[in-house]
Amino acid sequence: MRYKFLTAAFAATVALNFAGPASATDLEVTHWWTSGGEAAAVAEFAKAFDATGNHWVDGAIAGSGGTARPIMISRITGGDPMGATQFNHGRQAEELVQAGLMRDLTDIATKGKWTEVVRPKSLLDSCTIDGKIYCVPVNIHSWQWLWLSNAAFEKAGVPVPKNWNEYVAAAPALEKAGIIPLAVGGQPWQSSGAFDVLLAAVGGTDTFLKVYKDKDATFAAGPEVAKVFKAADDARKMAKNTNVQDWNQATNLVITGKAGGQIMGDWAQGEFQVAGQTAGKDYTCLPGLGLNEVIATGGDAFYFPLLKDADKAKAQEVLAETLLDPKTQVAFNLKKGSLPVRGDVDLQAANDCMKKGLDILAKGSVMPWTDQLLSQDTQKQKEDLFSEFFAKPDMTVEEAQKRFADIVGSAD
Amino acid sequence: MSKSERPNQLFRNLNAKIASIPMILTALVVFVGGTAWTVLYSFTNSKLLPRLNFVGLDQYYRLWSTPRWLVSIENLLIYGVLSLVFSLVIGFVLAALLDQKIRFEDTFRTIFLYPFALSFIVTGLVWQWLLNPDFGIQHVVRDLGWESFSFDPLYNSSIVIYGISIAALWQGTGLIMCLMLAGLRGIDEDIWKAARVDGIPMWKTYLFIIIPMMRPVFITTLVIIASGIVKVYDLVVAQTSGGPGIASEVPAKYVYDYMFFAQNLGQGFAASTMMLLSVMIVIVPWAYLEFGGKKRV
Repeated sequence: MRYKFLTAAFAATVALNFAGPASATDLEVTHWWTSGGEAAAVAEFAKAFDATGNHWVDGAIAGSGGTARPIMISRITGGDPMGATQFNHGRQAEELVQAGLMRDLTDIATKGKWTEVVRPKSLLDSCTIDGKIYCVPVNIHSWQWLWLSNAAFEKAGVPVPKNWNEYVAAAPALEKAGIIPLAVGGQPWQSSGAFDVLLAAVGGTDTFLKVYKDKDATFAAGPEVAKVFKAADDARKMAKNTNVQDWNQATNLVITGKAGGQIMGDWAQGEFQVAGQTAGKDYTCLPGLGLNEVIATGGDAFYFPLLKDADKAKAQEVLAETLLDPKTQVAFNLKKGSLPVRGDVDLQAANDCMKKGLDILAKGSVMPWTDQLLSQDTQKQKEDLFSEFFAKPDMTVEEAQKRFADIVGSAD
Repeated sequence: MSKSERPNQLFRNLNAKIASIPMILTALVVFVGGTAWTVLYSFTNSKLLPRLNFVGLDQYYRLWSTPRWLVSIENLLIYGVLSLVFSLVIGFVLAALLDQKIRFEDTFRTIFLYPFALSFIVTGLVWQWLLNPDFGIQHVVRDLGWESFSFDPLYNSSIVIYGISIAALWQGTGLIMCLMLAGLRGIDEDIWKAARVDGIPMWKTYLFIIIPMMRPVFITTLVIIASGIVKVYDLVVAQTSGGPGIASEVPAKYVYDYMFFAQNLGQGFAASTMMLLSVMIVIVPWAYLEFGGKKRV
């Protein structure tokens, strides 16, 4: 049976090859976009790529980036590279590039004038190592959003807050109405990300950069950051009854009005959209927690492993161009709830929240995010610390801050 | 054996020896070689890719000052003692009960051994649901009328490791029972008769005659349980993924997370070397007792 199948497959390949150079090339693309909104968005890429006469083989890996990245990396280092793969641009694929496993895209970038169309410029900088471009940024994702359920606040009889401080003040009323004030899922990156957002919003951009960019351990142990830890303490008290794991389950608590709000990146917006909710009416979004309206230029990018097969290498070029195509950019980002990486596209269809994001972007209030500033090693240590901090009410704020400063001090 | 026979020894069963060369090579290259490689690279600062850049004991210093590693070790100790003691005791008691020439012995044996046919992942998921306060045991008991009943070990940092041990025991005792049963069946019927003639009560016969006679079975069982303890990983991932917070982390998970999530091979290797060391502490005395003391010819 198996031989028969193999022979048939072989015959099919031969037949395809005889069909001439116009034949479609299969290109496997791995990514971790599996929640409802994300899957709808990635289907847009597949559609656009298939339209070029090639074939997008979807290699979705379920279970968020933390699960997917090790699989992708071991495939690349193990000699079984895919056609293209998602990473968060920044330092995640740094060593793969240094080891010469990734394809240099500089030529394609020069041809497509990426340096001119991609905005903000810092996006392309995170793709550049030693003057060469190695990835295609596809969207801008910012972490600093607070998503609030209007229905939950109505039920609790308090107005929808306009910033973090009002939100904290409204927490007891929410609790009294049987609503979890803040939804934080059990996955470690969620609590660690929520803290980073608080650091940027409560502490301010300078504080954030001083800690994560300059890696100033004395400053991280100081009074400025202590204020942030105070806010994180509020957050963990508000989040103590969230018994869910995944981020989209936590978002779902907000969508159904069981939780008051969630600190989550703008990818949460896709979930609201899939649930048929309208920004402003059913839910409210506060960029920078309403305190510090900046947008971090983290996001997703596609990297192309170095392939021997010439046909596939050609298909990689086509894919790289397709990803940045203005039409694809609009279609993808509308579904994904993220911001496009080009400044010259028309986003009439964008909803309230995305428009807020675009405005901030147009004003140039951008900052780098942890994916760009910290190594995965440091990120993981941070995740361990904050998942413990959020789950263990008897861990004191002082102890957590001391350990945080240690991590910052040893960061590379 | 005399000296003149020596050269014969090497060439005796030559075919069998040649046939086992591939296995010997595999064992040497994959097991010994891989182990040596791992230990060597645990002294480097390898990140995503292995690099020979030695940093001495730095990785080990960092390992032993990491709270998560210390929590992992503590959890492993609790889990280890619990599963060792309880699976031996429960396994032996079940085997002794089955050994009373009861009816439907086959059926009971199948029922008790059945959980062992499930992987740890399935076991973990089943028990995650059973122990979930909103769907599982707590929910059922509350529906029966005990409103204040509370049983949610997986959501309570201080007892989560016991929740995991329950699942492990449910899965593993069946196998231990079977091993023990095989041991019990290996005991000569005449010994029972002799004990009965001497008027020794049954529990005393078990405790002072049968168990000492079952020493080889106990040692095999001990090694099986101990190696299962050290490598526990999938059960934790399926039940709690280390949570709440880091309360149910175990060493094997630390190794995996730091090697692949944190892209820090050096740190992961250091942790796995420490795990190897703990296995050695278990295995070496056993091997010495079994093969070292007396030479069998």
